[in-house]
Amino acid sequence: MNWQAIRAIYVFEMARFFRTLLQSFVSPVISTSLYFVVFGAAIGSRIDQVEGVSYGAFIVPGLIMLSVMTQAISNASFGIYFPKFIGTIYELLSAPVNFLEIVLGYVGAAATKALFIGIVILGTSALFVDLTIQHPIAMLVFLVLTCLSFALFGFIIGIWAGNFEQLQLIPLLIVTPLVFLGGSFYSISMLPPVWQTISFFNPVVYLVSGFRWSFFGLADVPIGLSLLAIGGFTMLCLAIIWWIFKTGWRIRQ
Amino acid sequence: MSMVQISNVRKAYAGGFEALKGASLDIHEGEILALLGPNGAGKTTLISTICGITQPTSGTITVGGHDVVTDYRGARSLVGLVPQEINLEPFERVINTVRFSRGLFGKPKDNALLERILRQLSLWDKRDNRIMELSGGMKRRVLIAKALAHEPRVLFLDEPTAGVDVELRRDMWDIVAGLKEAGVTIILTTHYIEEAEAIADRIGVINKGEILLVEEKTALMTRLGQKELRIELHEPAAELPASLADRGLRIEEGGQVLVYTYDTGQDRTGIATLIREISEAGLVLRDLQTRQNSLEDIFVGLVSKQEDAA
Repeated sequence: MNWQAIRAIYVFEMARFFRTLLQSFVSPVISTSLYFVVFGAAIGSRIDQVEGVSYGAFIVPGLIMLSVMTQAISNASFGIYFPKFIGTIYELLSAPVNFLEIVLGYVGAAATKALFIGIVILGTSALFVDLTIQHPIAMLVFLVLTCLSFALFGFIIGIWAGNFEQLQLIPLLIVTPLVFLGGSFYSISMLPPVWQTISFFNPVVYLVSGFRWSFFGLADVPIGLSLLAIGGFTMLCLAIIWWIFKTGWRIRQ
Repeated sequence: MSMVQISNVRKAYAGGFEALKGASLDIHEGEILALLGPNGAGKTTLISTICGITQPTSGTITVGGHDVVTDYRGARSLVGLVPQEINLEPFERVINTVRFSRGLFGKPKDNALLERILRQLSLWDKRDNRIMELSGGMKRRVLIAKALAHEPRVLFLDEPTAGVDVELRRDMWDIVAGLKEAGVTIILTTHYIEEAEAIADRIGVINKGEILLVEEKTALMTRLGQKELRIELHEPAAELPASLADRGLRIEEGGQVLVYTYDTGQDRTGIATLIREISEAGLVLRDLQTRQNSLEDIFVGLVSKQEDAA
């Protein structure tokens, strides 16, 4: 293992994060606060408790997931797309590194940023609502795994994308709808039966459900299934990335 | 000892275009090899294939005995690459991007070495500047600093002086000479022939994906180099005297100058006989001048010969 290389990539990527700290840090805080004002205070006051949890608190896990997923994807996809775009990828391709080291560096950094933002949102939420975390270790595991798997997914998007538009395409057209319809702001059991069935095909449902369970002990799907879903998604992304580097698809002619 | 061995390398792109058609080349340790060729000759493809940016379709390449495909770690850790395009992250600071390169190649932190490299390239004062604040020439130096940061044994410079001013070109040549002294093997591509002439030990000519020739610069120039003898006369000769008609002389400058072309590789150049015959014909010499053909003439000759053959 070329640990120096992993470290170099990681440090370089984190430096980009700290350079844009305002945008990385302040924007999730502001948007979370806005969600609380709209959903928590304005609308939430008219909604009864959801399965014994106040609506304001109920949406916290979903809000964190929403930001963490989109941040992990955008950081990782940009991290690898930008060198392709400006041509500095040549150095990565000519360096004595293998795919695992490149992935660990870029995805590790993107996941760290997403994790950081997730924690910031959690902290911001605690200012608005009373939060209890019943299973803190499970919460952390879900959070870290989500950061990692979506950073892996973002890495794939970044390699696939041929321009900035494509870079935004999948997050905008697929990920955001899946997250919104994945029970971030409601319990699946609140839906009519048909939509409940459809929802179970949405992978994000399993993540949000598992993550919410770690807070309140409430879940739409069994916790084991949630873990299986996130584990399976991580493995799938890893397999795709392994194939990308093996064939050189979109990076090495 | 050969540092880089390229044998029978072919590279065909997905569209079917064959950028390299069975190139073979041995690069000796510690030499400066200049690869000359027109645009699209395959220079960059050859370098990219050695460095791992593209994969060869067939054939093998080793660097320091390490195969670039099967033992890419061994091969690549010996190689530094200065690309033709200025590929740098505009918002990054000079020192960070150089430090990144060193780490990427698996080398531990060495601030003293980085300082030495940056000083040598007159970049030390700019180390905390963002890349986008630098001039084009400075950016090119940053690319070199990045390649040197991991102490390569072999350095590839892909058209290092394309579009740089005369002063920077001289600096670049000095840097290359300094690296050679330190034992680094250097391969540079260029289409400036005077550059190859000025700094290379050996010269390779590449065109249309084939390496047409690789030779010691001096040997190449003597072997293929034709010389011209220019004979200036006291009185202009309107036409050649009959006795000199079959000597292949050319009249220039209204009969003031006679030009004789000869091959320096031959045992007898025929100069002595020619001079005697000229004076026997009653012409009075005022001055003599010889001129060696430049590499450019050789190069143009080779490339056009290949085109004729095709």
